[in-house]
Amino acid sequence: MKQRVAITGIGAVTPLGVGADTLIDRWTAGESGIEEGLGRCSDFDAKELLSIKEVRRADRFTQLSLVACNEALAQAGWGEEPPVDPGRVGCIMGTGIGGMGTIETQLDLLRERGAEAVSPLAVPLMMANAASGVVAMRHGLKGPSYGTVSACAAGAHALGTAFRMVQYGDVQACVAGGAEAGITSLAQAAFAGMGATSPSGESRPFDARRDGFILGEAAAGLVLETEEGAQERGAEVLGWVTGYGATADAHHLTAPEPSGEGASRAIELALADAEIGPEDIDWVNAHGTSTPLNDSSETEALKRSLGERAHELPVSSLKGSIGHTLGAAGAVEAASAVLGLGRGIAPPTVGWEERDEDCDLDYVPGEARTLEGNGRPLRAISNSFGFGGHNAVLVLEAS
Amino acid sequence: MATANKDQIQERLTEVLEGFGADREAITREADWESLDVDSLDLVELAQIVEEEYGVEMKEEHMKEMKTVGDAVDFVAERTES
Repeated sequence: MKQRVAITGIGAVTPLGVGADTLIDRWTAGESGIEEGLGRCSDFDAKELLSIKEVRRADRFTQLSLVACNEALAQAGWGEEPPVDPGRVGCIMGTGIGGMGTIETQLDLLRERGAEAVSPLAVPLMMANAASGVVAMRHGLKGPSYGTVSACAAGAHALGTAFRMVQYGDVQACVAGGAEAGITSLAQAAFAGMGATSPSGESRPFDARRDGFILGEAAAGLVLETEEGAQERGAEVLGWVTGYGATADAHHLTAPEPSGEGASRAIELALADAEIGPEDIDWVNAHGTSTPLNDSSETEALKRSLGERAHELPVSSLKGSIGHTLGAAGAVEAASAVLGLGRGIAPPTVGWEERDEDCDLDYVPGEARTLEGNGRPLRAISNSFGFGGHNAVLVLEAS
Repeated sequence: MATANKDQIQERLTEVLEGFGADREAITREADWESLDVDSLDLVELAQIVEEEYGVEMKEEHMKEMKTVGDAVDFVAERTES
């Protein structure tokens, strides 16, 4: 039997600051954490928040993960040990790249000082599954634990996978999310080289002048539990995951399929999974990267999957505020969606000013919008699409 | 290769272990690795530093015999005496 899946903890470290409340407060106020064309977590000081050993034994993407998941688990009311059988608690963390900073530092050492200078910690720091392993170790989570790797959809795939595991009773609870710390010289050069990042240094999702994404870093972790488990513990339910859909474009290595066919199928599958229709959702927390190709094809996908309803819904992208946090994006955005639903608001797409004829939906310019539930719980979809043609969509519901 | 006396070696190893996260006060000659939360990954890093700074090769079989900070200091001291 399928279980209803509650969200009982949310943690985030983003360019808007450390903490989930900071994320939703500042996004709602229309603020931006982008500085000098980059979305850095400037307020994040790992040494203040983690032990010396934790800092030394973790690449930045894992440090961000630990702090985000510590926050989520504290909010869920978990102590040093899980409140349920540890073997029934999973940990799934997505990342686009993994320990990019470590790879670059160690490659410099290798070239400058030879093989013997390479750190024995290089492998455990760089591996893309490090975040899930370290978070599981820190909190004694002994169920299924691994990373998901699907570029900018990785965080959403992690949450979707965790949702399924809890829903079908593989585990009773799962800590899941995504992390990325890819503001490194190689990643910056590589994304710029392929024309993905913004030459103007502006994040303007769905705006006519958009010219690429702003590279960002972040992490978010959510605690998912069965409804029954959350009730037994007396845990506060912050929201629900009610649907998940994932597809592939099978079209191009980096470009989305222009008609939005793959993305729209993911949206349709997610709605069907939640057993609802387009009229039952109130907000689209968009992928909206600020690249010319994504934003037009995502708009097409929304119209294709939601029909007329697409024109009635507020569609906002967090990336106007924090840039594109790659493998963290799906998790940070799902977190922001649950928090927005909890407050009954759709925050604005920061940076949107000029209408593009290919992007003709309501992108919530200027100010946050109040959402009207009309007597039923508020719902949102959170879209994530990754290089490689990976599409993942979550349906989230207010508590 | 540097020549160093035991006090200097102990001081340097104390710095390294403190950098690994061990509590400075707890780092005595008698302190064993477990009490300092120094594990196998730390020891491999320690060996790398010892080799680079003292030219002393600390292999896995040596590390197995070393239980305390004093054992490591003596190991390095014996091999750097001229």
